[in-house]
Amino acid sequence: MTHLRNVAGLTAIMLTVVTAAAACGGDGARSGDGTFVVGHAEPDHLVPGNTTSSYAFDVLSGLFENLVGLTKDGKTVNQAAASVTSTDQKVWTIKIRPGQRFHNGEPVTATSFVDAWNNAAYGPNAYEANDYFSHFLGYADLNPEDGKTKPKTDKLSGLQAVDESTLKVTLSAPFSQFPLLLTYPAFAPMPKAAFTDLKAYENHPIGNGPYQMSGDWQRNGAIKLVPFAGYTGTRKPRNKGVTWKSYSNADTTYTDLRAGRIDIMQTIPAAKVPEAKRILGDRFLTRQMGTTDYLGFPLFTGRFNSPDLRRAISMAIDRQGINKAVYNGDYIPADSLLPAVIPGHRPNACGEACTYDPAKAKQLFDKAGGFKGTLELYFSSAQPTYAQWMQIVANSLKQNLGITDIQFRQIPAADYFSTLSKKAEKGPYRQNWEADYPSAQNYLENMWGGAGNKMGWKSKEFDDLIAKGNQAGSEQEALRFYNQAEDVALREMPQIPLWTWAGQGGRSKRVDNVTITAYSNGLLAHEVTVK
Amino acid sequence: MRRYTLRRLLQAVPVFLGTTLLIYLMVFALPGDPINALAGDKPVPESVVAALRARYHLDDPLLVQYGKYMIGLLHGDLGENYDGQRVADMLAGRWGVTLRLAVTAWAFELVFGIALGVWAGLRRGRLADTLVLGGTTLLIAVPVFVLGYGAQLLFGVRWPVFPSAGTDEGWPVGYLLPAMVLGSLGLSYVARLTRTGLAENLRADYVRTARAKGLSRARVVGRHTLRNSLIPVVTYLGVDLGALMGGAIVTEGIFNLPGIGQQVFQSIQLKEGPVVVGAVTLLVLIFLVVNLAVDLLYGLLDPRIRYE
Repeated sequence: MTHLRNVAGLTAIMLTVVTAAAACGGDGARSGDGTFVVGHAEPDHLVPGNTTSSYAFDVLSGLFENLVGLTKDGKTVNQAAASVTSTDQKVWTIKIRPGQRFHNGEPVTATSFVDAWNNAAYGPNAYEANDYFSHFLGYADLNPEDGKTKPKTDKLSGLQAVDESTLKVTLSAPFSQFPLLLTYPAFAPMPKAAFTDLKAYENHPIGNGPYQMSGDWQRNGAIKLVPFAGYTGTRKPRNKGVTWKSYSNADTTYTDLRAGRIDIMQTIPAAKVPEAKRILGDRFLTRQMGTTDYLGFPLFTGRFNSPDLRRAISMAIDRQGINKAVYNGDYIPADSLLPAVIPGHRPNACGEACTYDPAKAKQLFDKAGGFKGTLELYFSSAQPTYAQWMQIVANSLKQNLGITDIQFRQIPAADYFSTLSKKAEKGPYRQNWEADYPSAQNYLENMWGGAGNKMGWKSKEFDDLIAKGNQAGSEQEALRFYNQAEDVALREMPQIPLWTWAGQGGRSKRVDNVTITAYSNGLLAHEVTVK
Repeated sequence: MRRYTLRRLLQAVPVFLGTTLLIYLMVFALPGDPINALAGDKPVPESVVAALRARYHLDDPLLVQYGKYMIGLLHGDLGENYDGQRVADMLAGRWGVTLRLAVTAWAFELVFGIALGVWAGLRRGRLADTLVLGGTTLLIAVPVFVLGYGAQLLFGVRWPVFPSAGTDEGWPVGYLLPAMVLGSLGLSYVARLTRTGLAENLRADYVRTARAKGLSRARVVGRHTLRNSLIPVVTYLGVDLGALMGGAIVTEGIFNLPGIGQQVFQSIQLKEGPVVVGAVTLLVLIFLVVNLAVDLLYGLLDPRIRYE
């Protein structure tokens, strides 16, 4: 018996020791070394042309500097470039600012851009951002239509290093938004050292940005960035470093923010927002975003041919009501096809068609001859909120228009986009667009343009206006054409705008001057100050 | 015993082949296309899709794909996921986390489970017994995510005794709280099995004989009764070690531990065949070895059990 008592006693002692050891290693471990920690999800790749993930952009924007960057309000500003000019919007001459170096000491030259872009545009490399190079002359030679034959060449014919500091780009068609396109993270330069072993490079990317890697990429762990002493640009870090820490679960990221183990979280899960507002107070960070949700009509089915029917459905949806019920009233109901953070947004461009008016909606609905048969609503399983608001939409359509036979089609997130691409949907579907770069063209051409829209909507008038905007010599002129194109899309309403997302993040007491933009530059890490 | 061990190890070969094929078929049967899912909702050109399909043999018939995978496997190559990461590297990185978590949780079950069981078993029907029975029932009843989030908020945020999540503090500190959460279910079973076995066996004739011989109580309980009562406990602990090695999706998620469970979960969603097959095959092998070890252990606990 004594020996058993001993066992119990020993156990008690072990528990105490273990708990005490744990206490030592707890919160106090984070020293005031002037660095801060941001929690996000694991990036997929860190080679600039091989990712379209915003979590990768988080890291890349510190490691790299593009020719052109964005300000807080989405205006272009030359970064690695001294000038970007064109007379016909087709041939662009880019002068590179002298004296820039990569983290390994290599100078940044025109060749650094040519090599990186050819590598990303070459089809067999299968880079995720490949499509962003499709504006370049010669893109088709690197990406054969059928995808089977080996390309004739691995160099874009429209891309040329004239000398060390001059880059000449020829596009396949005039594109006035080219400087904005250059802000997309895939257009970063890469040093010669990268191409000897791209796999090794990915574990320790060498860029030309204000921060460099400290140690290798710890997959599913942390990416530590420290200021690069040789940086000559305008984004000089005001802190001693930033650590991007990976989380597989946003709820846990939020818990760690509360526990003070991370300093910044960019997107707090919707369900935690009310609590976060209360707990964080002025450390709760709201921001405008560019991501907008739309409800598209599969015109190819022939069941949604009447613009009046489409407008009736738009007017039967209570955008503000859904916003309050599902998003705590933080989202912004759409009044145009473009979100407010995009140049060219005109308040109330959509007018009556985006205003909740059940009586008028019913009138239009009857005029269009109503809707017969089952109405199927398509959305993905990516967020639980999609199912919630689709439910409300269905109820509105039942009550306001009398469509009684409504069914939900929730598609696994991984298959949703291919379902739309194959035009397999039979009813209105949810789709969103997140800006690649702040231009009306980016939204309109990708979501409504003849080449890629998922509705099967064809409008020569629309496509011509976009082409005119792409050729325009000035930003004002381009916007005028884009807005005219927007008006065509609003008149026909093949896809109705719903609302624009709001970004809700938080910071710890240790950091200040936290700015998160609505664009691909995201968190401006270099501006953050650490107490 | 040697022949028995050899036979068991040989049996593992068809099990290994069967599981790999079965898992391969199952991953293949999942709906959706892994390549289309890669770029999210940004457009991917046909040339990129074709290049990826060719790189990962996705256009081959299923059995050819499986054959190529097995040939790679025999050369010690576990293949790549569709992001171009080597599966061997991915599993190696995560394996350490799962191993540490599993062993810590298991040790917690073993030490505290048996201790509580002995404590209650010796005091059958008294307060200690009631406390242990009631407490373990509660632990079995509460779902692990409630326990996990609860423990995290209480001991990670409110009173930060432990780190709330992550592996920054390393082993053991970073793993204690998740291990306790993960091990709480096993602890309950171990405590109850020990308690019941001990309480029953204490009434057996051989125990009375041992007492009558004048042996000390410690010797009677420790050597004669407890050892005999531990056979079901060892069975349970063995199976549970295998299960813990399989990773704990919920616990790993709550405490942000990048272990094998999370990997398998994510890879199933992304239809990453080579990752799922690699990870699960490894788990099957571990399970087989652990079970063999448990069976051999019986012989040590009860000399009457012999393997030929």
